[in-house]
Amino acid sequence: MSTTSGSSMRTPRRTISGLGSARSGTGHFWLQRVTAAANLILVLIALPVFVYVAGQDQAGMRAVLGNPFVAIVMLLLLVSITMHMRIGMQVVIEDYVHSEGLKILSLLGNTFFSIAVGCAGVFAILKISFGG
Amino acid sequence: MVQLTLPKNSTITEGKVWPKPAGANRLTEYRIYRWNPDDGKNPAVDTYFVDRDDCGPMVLDGLIWIKNTVDPTLTFRRSCREGICGSCAMNIDGTNTLACLKSMDDVTAKSVNIYPLPHMPVVKDLVPDLTQFYAQHASVEPWLHTETPAPEREWRQARSDREKLDGLYECILCACCSTSCPSYWWNGDRYLGPAALLQAYRWLIDSRDEATGERLDDLEDPFRLYRCHTIMNCAKACPKGLNPAKAIAEIKMMMVSRQF
Repeated sequence: MSTTSGSSMRTPRRTISGLGSARSGTGHFWLQRVTAAANLILVLIALPVFVYVAGQDQAGMRAVLGNPFVAIVMLLLLVSITMHMRIGMQVVIEDYVHSEGLKILSLLGNTFFSIAVGCAGVFAILKISFGG
Repeated sequence: MVQLTLPKNSTITEGKVWPKPAGANRLTEYRIYRWNPDDGKNPAVDTYFVDRDDCGPMVLDGLIWIKNTVDPTLTFRRSCREGICGSCAMNIDGTNTLACLKSMDDVTAKSVNIYPLPHMPVVKDLVPDLTQFYAQHASVEPWLHTETPAPEREWRQARSDREKLDGLYECILCACCSTSCPSYWWNGDRYLGPAALLQAYRWLIDSRDEATGERLDDLEDPFRLYRCHTIMNCAKACPKGLNPAKAIAEIKMMMVSRQF
């Protein structure tokens, strides 16, 4: 939360102090690196699958995703990517959206959207994997 | 949202072209941002011609020559003229640097284009208001914190620990790095910026300082520290050749390593 209103009568030190340190951010920073590493590994594993299923019909897809190993890799990839997407977008919003209300709304929307997209993807993969 | 266009009263206009000095053989064109808070006009870019045979080689020499011989109203900060005071920081040829360390011959554009440090309130012409920047430096408490009673003589430090301060203590607080940083432009009221964070790190790794944990606590914040997105403009701009981005990365490393 920014505290810049009426700043002309505050000392510069008071303006900079704001509401103090939030004592957080490291978890967020670390999760961004962990999910980035996971994305890299999982994409490398999933890439041959994408190449293999390209152009195949639904029956072929069902057969491939019916393999538990393939389905689990796809699920992990989806979860890791949506988590990475959400916290990445959060940083962009915090960087550029400065009005408090709009920022909170954008962050909420970002969270809801990421979870909804992730759930829809997980549901789709499970459905196809279990015989669609 | 971030304001990407200038308000009407800040749009820069074409200013005055000052006459060329009579009888000069070698001329260098200067184009300088001018703004006077008292005349109510928009900022303008004035054009000057510097007689290179009558003036030293650095951009600051040219500015002083203009002020002395052409236009005494041109306003800028300068003091030591040898890169140790940090006063003459400005945006020259598109990069923040010290006018006294930048040679006119190293300018790539056909004129020497000079603007005040970006995204700071301007006091007049090339003089930015650095009040907030100094407050941020003060907020990292850049002095030794100890609990242990002071020894009779000095606080001792191993040679290897002293060497860890090299590349940090040389900072002269010219503000070239912080004002080159987009994260600092957009969130300068909450992000401490590369200069203050480099100083914070200088005290975090000082072997004599006993407040490392408290210092890290105060920095651990999504804005104060983590607005750094390793854009690296700071390291590119630093006229002293320091690397604030590396210092910030080291602080992040300390933050992570104390979690495990």
